[in-house]
Order: sequence, then structure tokens, then C-alpha cells
Amino acid sequence: MMSRSMRGRARRLTEFVIERLLFVCAAGSILVTAGIILVLAFETFEFLREVPITEFLFGTVWTPLFSDKHFGILPLAAGTLLIASIAMIVALPSGLLTAIYLSEYAPPGIRRIVRPTMEVLAGVPTVVYGYFALLFVTPILQSFLPGLSGFNALTPGIVMGIMILPLVSSLSEDALRSVPNGLREGAYALGATRMQAALRVVVPAALSGISAAAVLAVSRAIGETMIVAIAAGQQPRLTLDPRVPIEAMTAYIVQVALGDTPAGSLEYRTIFAVGMMLFISTFTLNLISNWLRERFREEYA
Amino acid sequence: MIVILALGLSACGGDANRSSTGAGSGVITADGSSTVFPATEAIAEEFQKANPGTRVTVGSSGTSGGFQKFCRNEIDISDASRPIRSSEVDACKAAGIEYIELPVAYDGLAVVVNPKNTWATSMTVAELKKMWEPAAQGKIMRWNQIRSDWPDREIHLFGAGVDSGTFDYFTEVINGKTDASRGDYTSSEDDNVIVQGVSGDENALGYFGFAYYEQNKDKLKLVGVDDGDDANGKGPILPSPETVKDGTYRPLSRPIFIYPKLQSLERPEVNSFVEFYVMKGAPLIREVGYIPLSDREYELVRARFKERKTGSMFSGEAHSQMTLEQLLTR
Amino acid sequence: MTSRVDAIPPVRTEIVRHLGDRLLAGFGILATLLGLVTLGALLFDVFRDGFGRLSWQFLTSFPSRRASDAGIYAALIGSLYVIALTAVIAIPVGIAAALYLEEYANRRGRVARLIEINIANLAGVPSIIYGLLGLGLFVRWMRMGPSVLAGASTLALLVLPVVILATREALRAVPGTLREGSYALGATKWQTTWHQVLPAAFPSILTGLILALSRAIGETAPLITIGALTYVPFAPNSIWSPFTVLPIQVFNWVSRPQAAFAENAAAGIIVLLAVLLIMNGTAIALRDRLQKWRL
Repeated sequence: MMSRSMRGRARRLTEFVIERLLFVCAAGSILVTAGIILVLAFETFEFLREVPITEFLFGTVWTPLFSDKHFGILPLAAGTLLIASIAMIVALPSGLLTAIYLSEYAPPGIRRIVRPTMEVLAGVPTVVYGYFALLFVTPILQSFLPGLSGFNALTPGIVMGIMILPLVSSLSEDALRSVPNGLREGAYALGATRMQAALRVVVPAALSGISAAAVLAVSRAIGETMIVAIAAGQQPRLTLDPRVPIEAMTAYIVQVALGDTPAGSLEYRTIFAVGMMLFISTFTLNLISNWLRERFREEYA
Repeated sequence: MIVILALGLSACGGDANRSSTGAGSGVITADGSSTVFPATEAIAEEFQKANPGTRVTVGSSGTSGGFQKFCRNEIDISDASRPIRSSEVDACKAAGIEYIELPVAYDGLAVVVNPKNTWATSMTVAELKKMWEPAAQGKIMRWNQIRSDWPDREIHLFGAGVDSGTFDYFTEVINGKTDASRGDYTSSEDDNVIVQGVSGDENALGYFGFAYYEQNKDKLKLVGVDDGDDANGKGPILPSPETVKDGTYRPLSRPIFIYPKLQSLERPEVNSFVEFYVMKGAPLIREVGYIPLSDREYELVRARFKERKTGSMFSGEAHSQMTLEQLLTR
Repeated sequence: MTSRVDAIPPVRTEIVRHLGDRLLAGFGILATLLGLVTLGALLFDVFRDGFGRLSWQFLTSFPSRRASDAGIYAALIGSLYVIALTAVIAIPVGIAAALYLEEYANRRGRVARLIEINIANLAGVPSIIYGLLGLGLFVRWMRMGPSVLAGASTLALLVLPVVILATREALRAVPGTLREGSYALGATKWQTTWHQVLPAAFPSILTGLILALSRAIGETAPLITIGALTYVPFAPNSIWSPFTVLPIQVFNWVSRPQAAFAENAAAGIIVLLAVLLIMNGTAIALRDRLQKWRL
């Protein structure tokens, strides 16, 4: 039979241990980030010992697996950016317009239907979008554009744009809704139509929030894998022509992972070097997006 | 936290490839050539149906990829669309891996274009070389650069990846040197990607094992190959079971192989599988689109298997002047 | 105070303004419809191609070279296996981390803020990077090989930020009065958390968990990167076993040019969407049920 003070001490010990345990779990997330950076950095460092960084960053030919090896990442980066740009051309205007419509015009009933549908759109696995792109969208586009290759940048760009649309739309809508009603009402009081109020008052006010959404969308587009792996092709090539086969950075990683490369070889390291570029770009974009969103919150919170 | 948990589990557990004790219950692992893949896949499927409880996995990392895994002792059988190379022979020797070289079929490497391609019905070996050699990179980009009366359109090339035996073989017999190829094309160890690429693009040209043409005839068009040598047939020859078997489709006819590991054959399930392959594989091989060996050649192969004759008949290059029968009886 | 004359705008400007208003509304409606129409087209296409292929045989067969014989049994079991293991790894750690951040940590403290920022950043990392992490850490360095364990560990890391965020939301929703009442009765922090806060937040936590896992089921890239195979004609029988999952099987079939395999891919997608529907539906139903019971 424990004395009262012993029981108290035992309980305090338990509390202490539990708190430490929970802390370890939370702090473990830092280990994950550290792990990502370490794994990428280690292999990239080994890679850069054999390949000069100027060739990697500025070279225009990517043939790491062939006997005549070139390690310029620009073709892959161009492929990723081309597809991401097409995706943005699709997603940004549509997402913004949708957000404006839902926030400034639409009756509540419409919102109740559209919001969940957008969530479904965002929740569809990307491999399904890849199937849709290759087997449905490309044939349709080929009937309009006769010179279109089976693998090209246009189809994944468009499909990715639609996949990202819900992200742009919901974040922009949140930003628009956060703009105080007083601003709108002031505009209406001065005789503005909804369009004038929306375009001249609300959107400018929500600009930081909308920019945050746009930057986040670009980050998503850059990091997306399956749509480009299925529909864009496997030919690294430096071009702005959206009708020909190209290869994105993420698709290259998948291509090598599907084959076999022995650990520790230069070819194996290329996927980590490419991964590092991917990580740096998306991380930077995410930081910019967060900063923009913080600025927005400061204005209106 | 996860890391500690995982470390603990991995210390207690084992390597994923280790087979459990008990006859016939381990996993039979085959990997390598995408060309050989349809054959091994078909035979694995029938074998597993005939022997419930057995498990076979078949990968298609490419012939070179397969040999790398094989000489690292990670798989039981290496599928190969070219003979084992000297560097791979050395690697396996260093690792103490012994193997039996078993040719299982003939393949006619098919050069294909899109059905809407009306101009390229045949090509000479010299033209193929002009299109694919390393010097062509960045320079030979349009069809009329190969033959002036062909249209002025972009060439979109699709071909084997560097880990592919098809790549090794094609580059050696067309470009003159193994691995010598331009790099600016869509390269994949997975021949399905090449089929998809060529069938979806009017300006495309690609090459892969004949089985992939057979299974996708409705989407592709064969290109006749003229090797300039009248001795085996004048003019361009299209690949077919006949022209591959009688040797007129040159130089793109070749044997394809499996290389079972000698140590793995001590496991009864691996032994039965390879036995099934060489004894009952011919009709399945024909079904997937490859050309079975002649009866005499199969006899020699089976004898080689039964005697457990290790080592390679070839001296490390992809292409030999002797016929299989000559090599097998050496 | 404006004069009456100025208060009457010229007719033409008025028309243009209202036209602009209608136009914007019109464009907005079109944009909104774009997403809906595409979703409709996607579902229509998938069902048209794949519905005829669905059958008991399809669900219980293994992959085959003959499209008509092929089935998704191995992939289905593989997915379930991997998700179950992912849940086992990610849920305790995720809930523990969220508990710490919500109940124990000093909100203004530097460490807590750092952890929070870190988790938010991890949520935005592309999934293929997690695949590279899994490849370098679990498959190679820890020598797990391309096994169910490596796949589940990788996915666990991927969904961890989502689990933590969802649990935190759920914990925040628990009224402070509940905690204070418990403290007033002399309970310690842990007793309060374990006996009061967690049970109250449980329905929302469960919903969040199921949604996080349903995201994991659709993930393809990280599992391909760690080496999940595309031809696996058997179901995994241990955590060390090689495996494949539904999205990878779909990817494999999409990559095959024969039209019959495209049908298989579509049918596989229907199965995948059905699994997702069941999971999400369960999540919502559970949340509603348990909330009623709680109250």
C-alpha cells in the first residue's frame, strides 16, 4: 500500500514520462525534415563530386544513362515548367473566376453543391487523371490538332490545371470572403455593380491571399508526378513546343525507379540530384506562399 | 520514433528476398529483359496454375539491369535479350555466382512506324545507322534528311533504354558498336511505352522485340530492313516467324535467353520452373509472338540444363556469326 | 450632396456597367462549370470503359498477360495490407504529436512554433520526395528492401502532417470547460487528456484519420520509387513481402497499349474509387453517428 506522497510522486513521474514521450513524437517531425534534407543532400553531394555544378544547372542536354553522358538538368526543368505553365493558364483564371462567382454572386444553395464537388475533384487520385489524360483528352485533342504527338505537354498541362483548379478556387474564395463586408457595402453604396465591386475593391484587397493561392498552385504543379509520367513522355528535350514528347523532373525519377540502378552509382544519384532541385523549388514556393498569406492575415485579422 | 520502431523491426526481421524453408514455398524471382518478359510472364502464369502455391515474380528492368541484380545475388533468373557480357561475367565470377546459359527462342527485332506513315516502308541498314548513331544527336531531326524524297517532317524516335538488351543488340548490329547511340529520343526499358509512343504519333519510328508488334498489329506498321547482302535475300525483308527462323531477316534476328543461377536451381521450385520453361515453353513462346527454337536446338538446350553446364557460349559480344546449333554443340 | 443632374448617370455607361456585371457572372458560371463538367466527363469515361469489365473474376484474379484473365486481387490485398500497416505506424505517432502541440506545449515557445512550421512545410512537400526518402532510408540504409514495411513506413511519413493537423483541429474543438472541470476535480493533465479530451474529440479524430488514409490509398509515386513491383501475381503474406497496390496496378495497365488493358485500367479505377467512396462515406457516417451518441 503506497503512501500518499509516494503515489503523488509516482503520478508525477508518469506525467513527466508521458509528456516527454509526446514531445518526442512531435519533435520527430523535425527528424523527418532532417531525414529528407540529409538523404537528398548526401546523394546530391556525391553526385556533384563527379559532375560539375555548372553543367548540372546550366547544361542543355540530359543523357545520364547513355554512354555519352550529359547531366544538364535544363531539359527536365523546361519540361516541368512548360507543363506547369499550361496548368496555370488553365487553373488561375478559372479558379479565380469560380472564386469570384461563388463569393460575390452565387446564392448559398449553389455553394453547397459546388464546394463538395470541388473537394471530390481534388480528391481523385492522380493516376486516374493520368488515365483520363492519355486515353480521353489526347485523342480528342488530336482530332483538333493533327500534328499532336501521343505524348505531349499540352494534355497533362490541361488536365493538371483542372486538378489544381479546386485548390486555387477554394483558397481564393477564402481570401475573398475574408475581406470585410464593409468594403463591399461601401462600394455598393457608391453605386457600383457587383462586377465593379468585385474587380476594383474586393480582389485588390484580397490580392495577397490570392497570390498565396497561385504560388501554392505552382508548387503543386511542379511536384506532381503521375499525370506527367503517364501522358507527357520520356524524352528530355529543351523546347517550348507543347505538341511533342518531353520529360518532366518527376517523370524522370519514376522512369529510373522503374528500371534498375545499383545503389551508389552515378545514375542512381541523378534521381536524388533531380529530387533535390524539386525539393528546393517547391520548398521555396511554399515559403513565399506562406509569407504572402501571413501578410494577408495581418491586413485583415 | 518511427525510425526506432523500424530499426527494431528490421533487426528482428529479414531480407525480403530470403525464401522460407520448406520445399517449393519460396518466391522465384526473375528480372531483366523487357523483350523476354512476355515469354517469362506467360510461362510463369501457366506454371503457377499448374503448381498452386508457387510464386513467381517477373520484372522488366532491362537486360543490363537484370544482370546487375543477378550478379548481386538478388534474383534467381536473369532474362536477357543478348548474351552475357564480359564485364557481367567478371562481376558474377567475383560474387561467386554461377549460371546456366539457356537460349529459349528467336526474336526478330522489329522496326515500326505509325500506320499513317506512308513513306517509310523499308529502310537500309545504312539509313538506320544514319538515324540512330551518336553523330545524329541534335542533327538528324527530319525525315527528309534520311532520304530526300521523304517528307519534311520531324522524326520522333522511340527506342530501347540503355539497360535494355535490345538496345545493346540494336546498337551493335546497326551502329557498329554496343551502347553507341544518340541520346535524344524517348528511351524506355518498357517496350509498352515505345508501342504507345509510335502508335500515337504520325511522325514516330521505334524498335522492339517482335512479340510487341504481334500483340499490337492493329496500331503499328512494320518497316522492311535491307541489309544490302543478297546472299540471304534480295531487297528489304519484313520480320516474320519464317524470315527469322530461316535467317533471311538480318541483321536483326537474335536468340533470347534465360540465365538461371546454379545455386538457385538447388531449390526444387526453381528447378521445376526452369524445367517447365525448356520442356513445355515452346507453344507459349509462339503464343506471345516469338519464334521457338528448332526441335534439335531444344534437345541441346535441355541437355545443357540437365548437365548443369555453366558459363557462356559467347565471348562477351552481343552478336555471333555462328548459329545456335553450332554454339550449343561446341 | 450631389445635384440631381449628377445623380442620373448617362444611359450608355449604365448599360456597359450592367453588361460587365452579367459578363463576369457568366464567366464565373462557366469557370465553375468547367470543373464540374470535367469531373463528369472523367467519371463517364471511366465507367463507360470499365464497367463492363467488373466482375467477381476481376476482383479475385491475379494479373495476367491476357487482359481478359487479369484481375486486381493482388493489388487490392496489397493496398489493404499497406494501408493497415500505415495506419498502425502513423496513428499513434500522429495523435501523440498533436496532443503534445495542443495540450502540453507552450504556444508562444520557440520549440513549439518551430515544430508547427515544420509540420506545415512537410505537408507541402511533393509525394515523390517522400518516395526518395523512403528509398534512401528504409529500402537501402535500413535494408528493408522493397517490402510492405518500407512502403507503409514511407506512406506513414507522408500522411503524418495530415494526421497531426486533423487531430489538432479535433482537439481544438473540445470546449475548454471540459478540461477545466476535470482539473477542478483534481485530475492531472494526462488523466484529463486521456479520459476527457480524447474521447470527446474521438469522432472528429477518426474522421480525419480515415480521410488521411484515403489519401494514402491513392498514392502512386512514392511507392513506385521505393520499388513496389508492377507484376506481382500473388498477395503479400508478410510485412517483408514484395507487393503492389491498386494505383500502381492501374498505372501498369494504362502503360500497356492493348485496348483490352485500358478496359482493365478503367475497371481498376472504378474499384479504387469505390474503396475511396467507402472510406470517406464511413468517415462521415461514423462522425455523425458518434456525435449523436456523444451528445
